[in-house]
Amino acid sequence: MQLSGAEIVVRCLQEEGIDHVFGYPGGAVLFLYDELFKQDKVKHVLVRHEQAAVHAADAYARSTEKVGVAIVTSGPGVTNAVTGIATAFMDSIPMVILTGQVPTHAIGEDAFQECDTVGITRPCVKHNFLVKDVKDLALTIKKAFYIASTGRPGPVVVDIPKDITTHKTDFDYPKSISMRSYNPVVKGHAGQIKKAVKLLLEAKRPMIYTGGGVILGNASAELAQLVKMLGFPCTNTLMGLGGFPSTDRHFLGMLGMHGTYEANMAMQHCDVLLAVGARFDDRVIGNPKHFFEQPRQIVHIDIDPASISKRVKVDVPVVGNVREVLRELVRQLEAARGGPDKEALKAWWSQIEQWRGRDCLKYDRSSAIIKPQFVIEKLYQVTKGDAFVTSDVGQHQMWAAQFYKFDKPRRWINSGGLGTMGVGLPYAMGVQMANPRATVACVTGEASIQMCIQELSTCKQYRLPLKLINLNNRYMGMVRQWQEFFHGNRYSESYMDALPDFVRLAEAYGHVGMRIEKPADVEPALKEAFARKKDLVFMDFITDQTENVFPMVPGGKGLSEMILV
Amino acid sequence: MRHIISVLLENEAGALSRVAGLFSARGYNIESLTVAPTEDETLSRMTIVTSGSDEIIEQINKQLNKLVDVVKVVDLSEGEHIERELMLVKVRAVGKDREEMKRMADIFRGRIIDVTDKDYTVELTGPGSKLDAFLKAIDQSAILETVRTGASGIGRGDRILKV
Repeated sequence: MQLSGAEIVVRCLQEEGIDHVFGYPGGAVLFLYDELFKQDKVKHVLVRHEQAAVHAADAYARSTEKVGVAIVTSGPGVTNAVTGIATAFMDSIPMVILTGQVPTHAIGEDAFQECDTVGITRPCVKHNFLVKDVKDLALTIKKAFYIASTGRPGPVVVDIPKDITTHKTDFDYPKSISMRSYNPVVKGHAGQIKKAVKLLLEAKRPMIYTGGGVILGNASAELAQLVKMLGFPCTNTLMGLGGFPSTDRHFLGMLGMHGTYEANMAMQHCDVLLAVGARFDDRVIGNPKHFFEQPRQIVHIDIDPASISKRVKVDVPVVGNVREVLRELVRQLEAARGGPDKEALKAWWSQIEQWRGRDCLKYDRSSAIIKPQFVIEKLYQVTKGDAFVTSDVGQHQMWAAQFYKFDKPRRWINSGGLGTMGVGLPYAMGVQMANPRATVACVTGEASIQMCIQELSTCKQYRLPLKLINLNNRYMGMVRQWQEFFHGNRYSESYMDALPDFVRLAEAYGHVGMRIEKPADVEPALKEAFARKKDLVFMDFITDQTENVFPMVPGGKGLSEMILV
Repeated sequence: MRHIISVLLENEAGALSRVAGLFSARGYNIESLTVAPTEDETLSRMTIVTSGSDEIIEQINKQLNKLVDVVKVVDLSEGEHIERELMLVKVRAVGKDREEMKRMADIFRGRIIDVTDKDYTVELTGPGSKLDAFLKAIDQSAILETVRTGASGIGRGDRILKV
């Protein structure tokens, strides 16, 4: 039987086991939406802005191991989606974005709602396709899912002209696929892993530094096993939090620009560094020249060869799936004679404990004004450390990363690479859709939340009982902090004037709003909010305007040149 | 340092812009870029002349390999190779210049492929440096128009780039 292009798209989604798609209809995707209407296997979540559709699908992928799917129409549908796509691309999130396009005969004629989707999205996707013949449609979608979810994951755009969705052809969804031009490496080179084992066992001051690759590669168990075996200290990047249990004594906290003193000092002074699924980002190692002033041997495990020796030259590169490589590493370590240098390790740990004793995350607990750190600490306690936490971008994001102790992977959902303000609420929607019974908190600020605030309406429609923690300091906090430190206290355009009454705003959308102004009210308010299992609760915490995120490695400085409290 | 890189890629719409976009997005140099389908019409072969430090060239190779449409990448400069470029030059050829131009074309093993009573069009192939030398050797004011293809390269002997 012959199926229309629109029917084929829906059948492909069903074949891929996709249960939720996030999107917004429009002219070019009308036939596709008609087919979605006629079935109930693939549930469509209607957002209020295409950017949120992509963010929600992105978080759906981050919080599960599935591929996130978003559907948008041509032209403005696509351009609105670009921020979401670029956000997913920077954090290597497996996604397929189906975009409507004007009919093939109208392409290039500046038709209504036409844009060069493949051209606009090219620099921010892993790959993209324009389908010009309905006969290629099913295979193209298969390729899109395959490319998105294998190797270093990433978003793939499939642009489908409107006439293609009406053309008919036989439907045959390929079970498997191989592409001569795309063959991601899986297993690491055994010889390289052997070299890594030798270095690790010879280390006097070892350090393990892991990133988002451990989360995306589902390698947390293997990482925990490795750390336990070796007894080495471990730090996570912002994207890697939850990859190693934060409550384990081997964990030194997050590293980087707002990393802990102990993590940054250990990173700077180690003699052997094992980097796993991380990319030596500028926010992580600070000034690379300063980083090189200390000699050290570096082992770098990553699935993407282009991530290796990009910013930092490494001694032992291992290209492969982090889980496979860590398993082999553990196997070889078990087989190796002798273990790590116990004496040296003892001395190294005593140095680390001294750094840890600096208590770099301390803040004024006697303040009469609510300290944002205090809110996150209480959030951690009230949710027993078991919530999914999404965040927006800025100071609140850093405090959430520093003070919420993630013990499990895929629980901390934020925009690390692109740093997209506005992701928090749609991220929480995607997480809640994927994990209907889970507790989902969104840590945000009064600036970020307003970038996608319209999604409160989506939350009402789908009865998503999210808990929004708005750390309201009436400033774009991180901008204000940089202006205080580096621009002579000239707070240029960083003050959020004319803020809405968030309590009444939440109520206007049909939710529950709370304003919390005293430290003593923080815990009771959180308890009350999280007890309301069925309601979305918007908690507006009026926090200290002058609070800054410490420690801080200023731009251009080295990791050990932190500004401390 | 100057490098000449050969790329085999899927002969698909947009493949060229992916490569060009990669170079501009990451700030890599392109001295020249040539591309045409191969004897296997599903594949195109591209020759890119670029320059940069060893680290940059390593990244260029890795980033090219990372493109989904790219099948194979070889840095020809890593071994013995041959490179050729084609140039067409239209030169003024009147009076005593007419004989001189013919002679210069012969010396450089160029061919005159179009003749009018006022000008010659000379076809010249060789490494880029030879084409440069020809342009320097003739009377500058006689040059009316030039067009160059950019370099194409191939490995010597049994260095073969094929799927």
